[in-house]
Amino acid sequence: MKVLGRRLTFYLVVAIAAITVDFLLPRVLPGNPVDAVLSHMQGATVTKASLQALKEQFGGDTKTGVAGQYVHFWHGLFTGQLGVSTSEGMAPVTAVIRGALPWTLGLVGLATLLSFLLGTLIGVLVAWRRGTWLDQLLPITTFFQAAPYFFLAFLAIDLFAVKLGWFPSEGARGITDFPALNWTYASDVLYHAVLPAATIVIASAAGWIVGMRNVMVTTMDEDYVLIAQAKGLPKKRVIWYAARNAILPSVSSFSLAIGFVVSGALLTEVVFSYPGLGFILLTAVQQADYSLLQGIFLVITLAVLIVNLIADFVYVFLDPRTRQEA
Amino acid sequence: MALSTSTGLGAAPAADDGTGKPGAVPAAPRRGRRPRLRLPRSPKVLIGLALILVFLVVAVFGSTLAPYDPSRTFSLTESFPLPPSAHHLLGTTQQQQDVLSQLLVGTRSTVLVAFIAGMIATILSVVIGVTAGYQGRLADDVLSMLANFFLVLPALPLLIVIFGFLKTNQGGHDLLIGVVIALTGWAWGARVLRAQTLSLRNRDYVDAARISGERSWRIITFEIMPNLVPIMAASFLFTVLYAVGTYTALAFLGLVNPNHWSWGSELFYAQVAGGVSAGYWWLFIPPGLAVALLGTALALVNFGIDEFINPRLRADGVSRRRARRARRAGRTALPRRFVLGVTPVVRPEVPETAGGAPPGQRPVADLITTDHGKTRRGRRGSGQPGSGL
Repeated sequence: MKVLGRRLTFYLVVAIAAITVDFLLPRVLPGNPVDAVLSHMQGATVTKASLQALKEQFGGDTKTGVAGQYVHFWHGLFTGQLGVSTSEGMAPVTAVIRGALPWTLGLVGLATLLSFLLGTLIGVLVAWRRGTWLDQLLPITTFFQAAPYFFLAFLAIDLFAVKLGWFPSEGARGITDFPALNWTYASDVLYHAVLPAATIVIASAAGWIVGMRNVMVTTMDEDYVLIAQAKGLPKKRVIWYAARNAILPSVSSFSLAIGFVVSGALLTEVVFSYPGLGFILLTAVQQADYSLLQGIFLVITLAVLIVNLIADFVYVFLDPRTRQEA
Repeated sequence: MALSTSTGLGAAPAADDGTGKPGAVPAAPRRGRRPRLRLPRSPKVLIGLALILVFLVVAVFGSTLAPYDPSRTFSLTESFPLPPSAHHLLGTTQQQQDVLSQLLVGTRSTVLVAFIAGMIATILSVVIGVTAGYQGRLADDVLSMLANFFLVLPALPLLIVIFGFLKTNQGGHDLLIGVVIALTGWAWGARVLRAQTLSLRNRDYVDAARISGERSWRIITFEIMPNLVPIMAASFLFTVLYAVGTYTALAFLGLVNPNHWSWGSELFYAQVAGGVSAGYWWLFIPPGLAVALLGTALALVNFGIDEFINPRLRADGVSRRRARRARRAGRTALPRRFVLGVTPVVRPEVPETAGGAPPGQRPVADLITTDHGKTRRGRRGSGQPGSGL
């Protein structure tokens, strides 16, 4: 399909550009990352080879020059060698990320899906019952939309973890619990995920509500909705017809939203000490662990691009017009 | 702050549809008379504007208003944050500094960064969006690609990496931070402006201007730009909103010099002090609430602009109170709620005092829509006139 091919090419180009940006940043920006990393490696012995490797990674005088370093960077990318993490005891960056990624994927993925579904549903409802008390929801959602995720996380911890003691305030599982495929472990993980997930859902649902409501209001003025109602179709069917069309812009604006949601979710992880990418990102920043920093940025960017691609595919699937144009 | 795409979604197609509002997109701006832009005088917009004004005042006079020096340590013996008291209205931090003073002083940096970022990003988005929309072809392809690139790139992780390398810990670089945030925040506005420029470019009056031999820059500045003002305003507010959140997030993560007071750096210290799990609410509620309030204010005004661009978004033309008042006055009250939106079916409820009202005493359009037409609405309780943009 032509449309999908075009989108695929676009995301490929963006991915290549993002990887290049990731490569260039430590070289373009002022400061000397190699020295900074070295100063954090006091425990480890620095051999000539490892110094050379650092210069390869962050820029410096090497035999190969910048072009050679760029090739090397790509090579490392494909072979999964992103350097070692100084803040995690010289473990390979890929291993550190692999340990954190499932937590983020689970938490952010589920929360985003939930907030999209909930927000869209509420948006339809608010648009349909326009002029009733439901309109009061809009200013409230505005507040949640404007409040930083981590502030909501603070509030959630203060209220539900500290004051009421219903949920744990940090971590992804109990200290004594070890990964196992049984109900005890699973329920513990879920229990720990409730507050962070709820924070992300509440903070991000507002955007979907407003977006869906605004399009739905416009869609309800369309002739086909009028006809559907004039024919005497049940209300539910009419809402369904209108909502089916109104959801398209929500899907297409997914790309814009997902960046915000992921950013907010990373901060939420920081507040909850949730051992995902956001949490190790903070460690990486604090400890000047640049390899890890670069690695996390790559993973997040690629993940966001993939989600975008999926959203685009869904859009093409939902809207036959995009298929006809091709 | 998730997406605020509402302008982008509904604006472009709705601007010239049948609702025929001369205010939103004037068919042909007459020479020498600027089109007047009036925001709907809804309480939402007024509250938003008032709040923004308050924050601006605090940003300017914050250091004067602050009761103490925000960095002053009040006690060397106390090692826990003290709750609010008469001396310290919002309590003290772990370092025994006055929270209220930090809040007031920190407003300046936060607001400054946000408005710098908003301004630069808006200029960028206008230049890029209008060029892409007006020039078309290659310029459009390249610029749209650029905008889309920045749109799909997750901004905060990128900024974290940039600031991680930048080492801004040495001093407060409000301008630098604003510029960097603006570089990641212009794309949304550029996309919306491009779409609108594209639709304006093919209007008859622009064609007429072109045929009569006007230069491109003149057409862009005098024929097209005036019609983009509401979208520019919306995009400016959106970017300011985005910048407030982003700057606060960066400072919260400790990526900006924590001794340069801002709301984010207060939250940073609150986190460092373990303020949340220890229940020191006065450490994180004031700055967090300030961010949320400023954001809400910006979003409220943005709603107003959205409704200005697309009148169908308005909650309802007739509020309950108004309907009741109309009924009491013996007029036909319009229904509180239109089953199918505003335009197609108007089914007035039959008032209890049957047949009391001569229909058409007031034009329907006058009641439903707000202040677009030339007809002035009757004075209502809403008070001040909507401020100009």
